[in-house]
Amino acid sequence: MTYIAKPKFHHPGLKKNELGYTHRDYEGKISTLCAGCGHDSITASIIEACYELSIEPHRVAKISGIGCSSKTPDYFLGNSHGFNSVHGRMPSVLTGANLANRDLIYLGVSGDGDSASIGFGQFAHSIRRGVNMTYIVENNGVYGLTKGQFSATADRGSKSKKGVTNTDNAIDLVAIALQLGATFVARSFSGDKSQLVPLIAAAIGHKGASFIDVISPCIAFNNHAGSTKSFDYVREHNDAVNRLDVLVGRDPIAVDYAPGTVQVVEQHDGSKIALRKIDADYDPHDRLGAQTFLARHAAKGQIVTGLLYVDPDADDLHAHLNTVETPLNSLEADTLCPGSAALDKFNASLR
Amino acid sequence: MSDKKPISSVNDFVVRFANVNGSGSASANEMFARSILRHGVPVSPRNIFPSNIQGLPTWYEVRVTEAGHLGARGGVDMMVAMNPQTWDKDVAGIEPGGYLFYDSTKPMPSTKFRDDITVIGVPLTAITNSTYTDPRQRQLFKNIIYLGALSALLDMDPKLIEQLIGEQYKGKEKLLSSNVHALHLGRDWALQNLKCPIGLRIKKSDKVGDRIFIEGNSAAALGAVYGGATVCAWYPITPSSSVAEAFTAHCKKYRHDPETGKAKYAIVQGEDELASIGIVIGASWNGARAFTATSGPGISLMTEFIGLSYFAEIPAVIMNIQRAGPSTGMPTRTQQCDIIACAYASHGDTKHVLLFPEDPAEAFEFAAAAFDLAERLQTTIFLMLDLDIGMNHRLCRPLKWDDSKQYDRGKVMTAEMLEEGRDFGRYLDVDGDGIPYRTYPGTHPTKGSYFTRGTSRDRYARYSEEGSVYADNMQRLVRKFETAQDLVPRPLQANAERPTKYGVIYFGSTSPAMDEAIGLLEARGHQLDRLRIRAFPFHSSVASFLAEHDFVYVVEQNRDSQLRQLIVNENGIDPVRLVPIVHYDGTPITARYIAKAIGDHQDHLKVTPLRKAVS
Repeated sequence: MTYIAKPKFHHPGLKKNELGYTHRDYEGKISTLCAGCGHDSITASIIEACYELSIEPHRVAKISGIGCSSKTPDYFLGNSHGFNSVHGRMPSVLTGANLANRDLIYLGVSGDGDSASIGFGQFAHSIRRGVNMTYIVENNGVYGLTKGQFSATADRGSKSKKGVTNTDNAIDLVAIALQLGATFVARSFSGDKSQLVPLIAAAIGHKGASFIDVISPCIAFNNHAGSTKSFDYVREHNDAVNRLDVLVGRDPIAVDYAPGTVQVVEQHDGSKIALRKIDADYDPHDRLGAQTFLARHAAKGQIVTGLLYVDPDADDLHAHLNTVETPLNSLEADTLCPGSAALDKFNASLR
Repeated sequence: MSDKKPISSVNDFVVRFANVNGSGSASANEMFARSILRHGVPVSPRNIFPSNIQGLPTWYEVRVTEAGHLGARGGVDMMVAMNPQTWDKDVAGIEPGGYLFYDSTKPMPSTKFRDDITVIGVPLTAITNSTYTDPRQRQLFKNIIYLGALSALLDMDPKLIEQLIGEQYKGKEKLLSSNVHALHLGRDWALQNLKCPIGLRIKKSDKVGDRIFIEGNSAAALGAVYGGATVCAWYPITPSSSVAEAFTAHCKKYRHDPETGKAKYAIVQGEDELASIGIVIGASWNGARAFTATSGPGISLMTEFIGLSYFAEIPAVIMNIQRAGPSTGMPTRTQQCDIIACAYASHGDTKHVLLFPEDPAEAFEFAAAAFDLAERLQTTIFLMLDLDIGMNHRLCRPLKWDDSKQYDRGKVMTAEMLEEGRDFGRYLDVDGDGIPYRTYPGTHPTKGSYFTRGTSRDRYARYSEEGSVYADNMQRLVRKFETAQDLVPRPLQANAERPTKYGVIYFGSTSPAMDEAIGLLEARGHQLDRLRIRAFPFHSSVASFLAEHDFVYVVEQNRDSQLRQLIVNENGIDPVRLVPIVHYDGTPITARYIAKAIGDHQDHLKVTPLRKAVS
C-alpha cells in the first residue's frame, strides 16, 4: 500500500473541532503496517482523541523506539515533530525532550519488545520519575518486524505461529507501572475504540506519568489459536472495570447513566473524566486495590481493561526538579550565563 | 648517618604523602599545597587514589616548582610516610639524599630505614593522644599536626597557613581555633626537637601571579554553565562524577531565579549511561543545550546513541574524563585511551568532533565552546579530559568570559522563516557547508515538522532506501565534517630556536610535561618544533607540520598510540615518519620520560661522523 500517495482532498463538509481542525489535520502518512494490524486501530484512536481534545497538532511531540509500533507515529499527527529513536530508548529521549520544553504534549509510543524486553529499564525509570507523558504500549506479545519471535509480554504456555510454546513468565507492564508509581494506569484493546479513545484523551489531560497498555493483536504472527494476544482470545477474556466518557475541558456527559454507576474524576488541569463503572466496587483511586484486583483477575485468565488507577493530584518531574515555567530551550545567554563579573569573583575564590 | 649528602633545594622538590584512604588526610594535604601557593611558589599536586572508600593506600604528591613545571616529575624528595601498609615501598621510592618523615611514636627497627636518606621522626600519635580524647578528632588533628611540623621543617610561614585555615572555617570559630592550635602543636614540637629547617625549603616568591587553582572537572562544569547548558543527565562513574556534582553546585549558585527560586536547569541522574545520553539527545532535539559526563565504559554503552546523533544530526555534548581501560581497567588511573573509540564511535561510517583541553582553563573554554559547536554542527562533540586534568587541582590562568558573546544556536528555521516561504528540507544542504537547517518541535502549525529517524531518508526527511539517496546524505556528512575543521580550536605551534627537521605532536594533559621536556631535550642538544593538537578533525596545519618535518614524535598516554593512528588514517601519510612515544602505566606522563624516549631516539637517528666520534 505504501506506493500510494495519500490523497490530500477531503469532503468539504468534514466536521471541525473547537480550533477549526478536521480529522484530516490529525492524520499522518499512510501506514506501512500489515492490513488489519491492531496498531492501525490505535493510530486511529490517537487521531480521534487529539481531534476530540482540540489539541493544536504541532504542539505534540511523538516519540518512539524501534519496531512495528514505533513506526506508527509517522501515521498520525503529520504536522507534529516525530522521533523514531533507538530500540528500547524512547523513554529517555522523551524525558530529555520533556525537560527541554515543558509546554508541549509528549506522546510516547512503544511496543512490548521495545518496553518489556530491551527497554524494560527505561520504561521503569521514566515511570518512577513521573515524566509528564502519555506512554502507550502497543502490545502484541511478539516481534513483528523480525517475524514472530516471542516478546517478554507473551504469556507462559502461549504458542507461536510456528508452534513453539513460550516457557518464560510474562511481564505485565500494567502491574509494573502501578508498582512503580505511575499516576494514570490503564489497559485497553485495539479493537475497542470506544474504550480506547477516551482513555487516551484522559491520559493526555493527566499531568504526570500516564501509562496505557493496549493489547493489539499481530495479524501476521500472533492471531492464531494458542495465542493469548489474538483478537478472539482478547475478546473472550476481556473484563472491563469501567468505561470512560471523558471529557476533558467540558462538562462530563453523565446524564445517560444511572446514578451510582458514574464517577467523575477531576484532574489537575481542570479536565474531567466520567467513569461509567461496570464493576460497581472498583475504586480507581486505590493503588493497592488496583494491584490486587489485577492479580486476582490475571489468575483467572482474565484481561482487565479500563482505567485501573488515577491520581488526579499528581505532579511531574518538572515539579520535582523545581524548574522554571519558561521552557528551558527558550532561555538565552542573558538568563543562563552568569557573566564576567561573577567569573572574576569565582577566580578570586581559587587563589 | 647518611652516606649521601642530603638534597638541598629551594622551591623545587617533590613531597609525597602516603596515607590510608578515608583517614581525612586529603584536606590537610591540600592545605599544604595551597599554603605553598600563598608563598607565591607554584605547585602541582596529584592524587593517587584507589578504587575504594576506606582502608586502601592513597598518596598525595606535591611538586613544588618555582619554575612552574606543572607536569608530574617522577621521584620523591620527601616522603611523609603515614601508612604502614606501604612503608617499604614508600621508603624505597625516596631519592638518594631525600627525607623520610614518619610517626615515631612506636619505635621502628633500623632495618626499616635507609642509610642514604634523612629520617625525621615526629611522635604524632603521642602528641595527638595526649591532647585529644575523641577518636575522630585524634585522626583528623593528627593530619594538621604533621602539617604544622612540616611547616617548621620546610621553613614555611605559619601565618599563611593560619590564613587558609581561617578562610576554610570562616564562621566556625571553634573549628578554626582548634585547627590553628593543632597546627602549632606540630610546629612547636618540630622547632623544639628537630633541626629546622631541613635542606628542602619554601621561600617566598612571586611566581604564582593571578593564576587560579582548580580541578578540570569543576572548570568544565562551569564552562557548561557559561555555555548555556540547561539539561544534564549523567550516571556516576569515576573519574567523571565530579563534573555533574560540580555542575549541580555551580547551578545552585548561579542558575536560580532570584524571585521565584526556580531552577533554570534540569539535572537527572540516569539509571545508566544509555538513559543519560538518551536524555541528552531528546533535550537537544528539542532545542535545549544538554550534556553528559562519563568515562570509558560509559562511552562504550553510549555508542548506539552517538551514531544516531551523527546520522540524524542531533547536537550532544559528551565530556569524557578518560581513565585507564580496557573494560574496568584501572578506574582511578589516568590515560588518554579513548581517542579512537570516540573519534569513530558507533557502527557504520561515523566520525566525531573531539576537543582536547590541556588544563582546567581550556576545559572551561572548550566546554562552553562545545555547545556552540554541537548546535552549529548538529552532532556530538566530545570534550576529552582525563583523570589527571579532571580530578587534580591545577594552577592555570584565570577563567575569562566575554560578556558581549551570544550563543551560536546554529541553523534553526523559525516560524517566521517558514511563514516567509523558505524551503525547509531537514537534510538539505542550502549553504554548501553540509549543514542543513533544523526546526524545533512545536514551531509552526502546518510547516516545518519532520520525522526524525536513524534510518536512511532523503533531503526532505522522507524515508528512503534508495542507494543514491543514502550516498548523497553520507557525502553531505563528509562535507559537514570538513566544515568542522575550521570551526574547532586550531593546533598551536611553537618552533625551536633553530630550524629543525624534527617535530613533536602532543595533546591534552601531556602538555606541561612536554613543555618541560623540551627544555631537557634542548639541554641534550635536541631541537624540536612542537604542535599541540587541540581538536579532531585535524586542521590543515597538522598536514603542513607533518610535511615540514622528516620525523615527528607523537607523544600520548595510551598503549597503541591512538592519536598517531588517527593522524596516519586521516592524513594518509607514511606511518614510518610518525614515531610513537607512549606512556600508559596509569600514572601521568613525566618530562623525564618524554625527554629520555625522544632523546634516545634522536641519539639513535643521528649518525655521528667517525672523525668526531674518535676525537
